Formats: sequence, C-alpha cells, structure tokens
Amino acid sequence: MCGIVGLFLKRDDLHPQLGDMLTDMLITMTDRGPDSAGIAIYGDETPGSIKITVQSDTPEAAFEDLDAALCAEIDAPVTIKVLDTHAVLSMPEATEAAAIAFLEARGLRIMGSGTSMEIYKEVGLPREVAARFRLRDMGGSHGIGHTRMATESAVTTMGAHPFSTADDQCLVHNGSLSNHNQMRLKLAKKGVFTRSENDTEVGAAYISSRIADGASLGEALEGTIDDLDGFFTFVTGTRNGFGVVRDPIACKPAVMAETEDYVAFASEYRAFADLPGIEAAKVWEPEPATVYFWER
Amino acid sequence: MSTTLNMTEINLREVNSTLQDAAKAQANAAYVIENPRGSHAVACGLDGPLTVTVKGSTGYYCAGMNKEAAITVEGSAGPGVAENMMSGVVTIEGDASQYAGATGHGGLLNIKGNASSRCGISMKGIDIVVHGNIGHMSAFMAQKGNLVVLGDAGDALGDSLYEARLFVRGTVKSLGADCIEKEMRPEHIALLTELLEKAGADAKPEEFKRYGSARKLYNFNIDHADAY
Repeated sequence: MCGIVGLFLKRDDLHPQLGDMLTDMLITMTDRGPDSAGIAIYGDETPGSIKITVQSDTPEAAFEDLDAALCAEIDAPVTIKVLDTHAVLSMPEATEAAAIAFLEARGLRIMGSGTSMEIYKEVGLPREVAARFRLRDMGGSHGIGHTRMATESAVTTMGAHPFSTADDQCLVHNGSLSNHNQMRLKLAKKGVFTRSENDTEVGAAYISSRIADGASLGEALEGTIDDLDGFFTFVTGTRNGFGVVRDPIACKPAVMAETEDYVAFASEYRAFADLPGIEAAKVWEPEPATVYFWER
Repeated sequence: MSTTLNMTEINLREVNSTLQDAAKAQANAAYVIENPRGSHAVACGLDGPLTVTVKGSTGYYCAGMNKEAAITVEGSAGPGVAENMMSGVVTIEGDASQYAGATGHGGLLNIKGNASSRCGISMKGIDIVVHGNIGHMSAFMAQKGNLVVLGDAGDALGDSLYEARLFVRGTVKSLGADCIEKEMRPEHIALLTELLEKAGADAKPEEFKRYGSARKLYNFNIDHADAY
C-alpha cells in the first residue's frame, strides 16, 4: 500500500498556495505510507536556466561552497537553494550534463532535474518530511506527492518516490511491478539506466524512454498497460501537467476531483477533504486501463 | 427528531459505538453524521433498526455488516461499501467504489450513481440496484440475490456465477466464464418490478436483459478426466 496525491492548479493566482494544499493532502495519506514521503513541485522557472535537485546525508559539509565549486567546473553562474538534506542548483541549460557528472562524482544523489521541477523526498513520516523541506511555503503550478509503504526495495531516500528519469518528468506509483527486472535489462540495452533497485523507477524510465523515442505522454502511458506487468496506479508529472493511468485490474484505488480552479488526484477521497470547493467538485474514479492527462 | 454527530468534534470510534448502542436499543432512532471527510468504516456493524444519514462522502468499508439499519450516504462511498450486509437498506446518493456489496447476505444496497469494479462480488442473497454503470468483474462468483443495473456493465460480468440473478438495461462489455443471457419470464418481470420500485428507479422491467449461470462449472467434466 502507498498513498499518491496530485494537484494541478488552473488559476495563476492560486500558485502560491500549491505547497500548502498539497502538504495537507500528503499528510492525510500517512496511514497508506508512513515509511517515507516525497513531492515533485513544478514552477519558478527562469528562461534558459536548468535546476538540479541533489541530496546528501551530510548536507552541511556537502553543500558548503558547492555552488562556487560547480561554477568553477562548468564556468557558468550557479545559484544554490538549500533545504535540509536537499539542494537545488540552478545554472544555464547547456551546462546540465557536465553539472550532473560533477555532482555525482562528488557523491551527491541526483533527485531530478528540469527547467521547472524540483524533487524533495526523504525517509520519515510525511508530516516530518514536509516540515523539514518547508513544503507548505512552496508555490507552483502543479505538483505530485507520494507516501510510501515499501514492498519492492529498501526504505531509503533513493527508494522513495517521486522517481525522475528525464528532465521535468517524474512518476509516483501505488502497487508493484512484477516484470521490472526484465524491463530494466531491456531498457539498459537501449542505454537507459536506473539509479536504484526499485520497481517504480523502471516504470518511470520506461515512460521517459518512450517519450524520448517520440511518443506523446498519452502514448507512453498507454504503453504501460501492455508492457508493464503488475499492479499500478501511476501519476506522472511533466513540465506542463500530469497524467494518470491504472492497470486493467485496477485494484489500487484512485479518485479524482475537478473544479474551475484545480484538478486533484488522490488514492482516497480523504485527501480532498480540505480542498476549497470540494463539496461542489466533480468527483470520479478513473477507469481501469484508461489514460487521463491535464496540460496547460 | 434526529441526533447530530459531527465528525470534526467526535472521533470515528465514538461515532460508531454511539450508533451501535442506539441500534441495539431497538428504538429506531435517527442520526445525522456531519463532516465524514472520507473516513473509513463509518456506520459499521449496526445491529438493529436505526436511521443514519451521512452528510458527505465516505472512505473504505462504510455501512459494513449492516443489519436492519437504514443508512444513506449523501455523497460517494469508497471501496467495500455495505460489505457483508445482512439486512436493512444502504443508499448511496453518489458513486460507489470497487467491491460494493461484496459477500452481502441480504437487504438492499441502492447506488444512485455508478459502481466501479467487482460490484456484488460473491454476493450471497443481497439485492443491489445500481442506477448508473458498473465496472469489470462484477458479480464474480455471486451465489444468491439480485444485481440490477440501469446503465452498462463492464468486462467479465458474472464470471463463475452461481445462482444470483443479474439484470442489465444497457450494454454488457463482455460476459465472464459460465455467465449467459437467459429468458425473461413473467416471474422475473415481477421480481424486477418490485426491486425497481423499492429502489425508486425510473425504468421499465421490459427494457432489461437477464443473465445467469449456465451451470457448466458446477460439476467436474468427465470428458477432461484424462487430462489429469
């Protein structure tokens, strides 16, 4: 069991409230997943600039003068924002690959990168994880979150969701995949590699690889129904929005709500209880083996 | 006169024990539950006559194991609503999630919206009326009782069905193993008339098709004995 939440805001003036709304949803899903929690938040873009979110178990030492060191390495301006064990580094888009190689060589864990996306995830109760990263204070256009009850791999930062396998793309998952080892090998043959032993990361890599091959988000999500075996309710985030798909058996729960102001996703209706105007919202259960997505 | 229990002030355990005590008192009292906020197991295990109105949507296992009580959810219900119901009436004004009315022995589950997958799985005598559509694998291994659907049914309706009767007005995406369409005889029209009336459903019994068990899975097929 795990908990998934997602929120896509239709009105720009609501953007400052995204973190606050999403945090309540995430905390409500604690009893579906008390092991670890994570969130991917989209917003705060600077044209021509890319953001890389990194994690370290020894943040004080690891993040001290990290921006200066990276600046010297890539010969470009770098800014750093540190939140607990995570740091978001911003730099010119063209320097991304060199920056990631440098950061990995320093032993930092890459959570994700993109023009819009920042990822924060840690082991611990969702309430504590949210407080550590000050998720409530974050603004943005949309975000997805996950509370984890581990089944397929260890309870570690790298095993927590969301998983990002391409710029601005990430995936959260409730369920378990049974052909992930086979799919991991297939993807590796194509040159697509994962960073953890986790089944969901393979799902994320599958979707990214399909998109890299030219598929639309909708086509990539439809592909999961044929190519991934197991139980899943997936929510995938992209720079422009998010998509939802459930396996054909659909035993993992999912509910959606839409008003003029937002589209919300959750494992259970409970997570919607504090959303404004939920009483009058259109609330429905996404159909099995059917792809839904919202994009701005 | 009804008593209001507000779930922002009273916790679930206290709400349920208040309702369970009131049901046992056999006084047919009326209760209103406010702010259920999608909580699990609201109004569960009521063993006696009682009227409960839930003002909002509920989570997993609402109205489970109900006996004699009349419970109305003025919203949608999460997975497993009215699971193993024995008698009474459970009404859902909105939609019901998966396995609504699972293993129910008796009473009426009246769903005004849609029900998702596995509706009436292993039902054992309950009557379920769904005013909208139902999802896949509904009435799987259903043993007894009636499932009435005013809308459409998803894949594998009535798979491995025993003696439950299934009535569907709309289309059936596919029938499960050993489930077949059957003739609507006068006694079925009479039964359906009664069920539709009880559920306040605006539909003509003649518009429905009946599905039931072909009874081919009941016994070991001797023709296959060599295969084992």
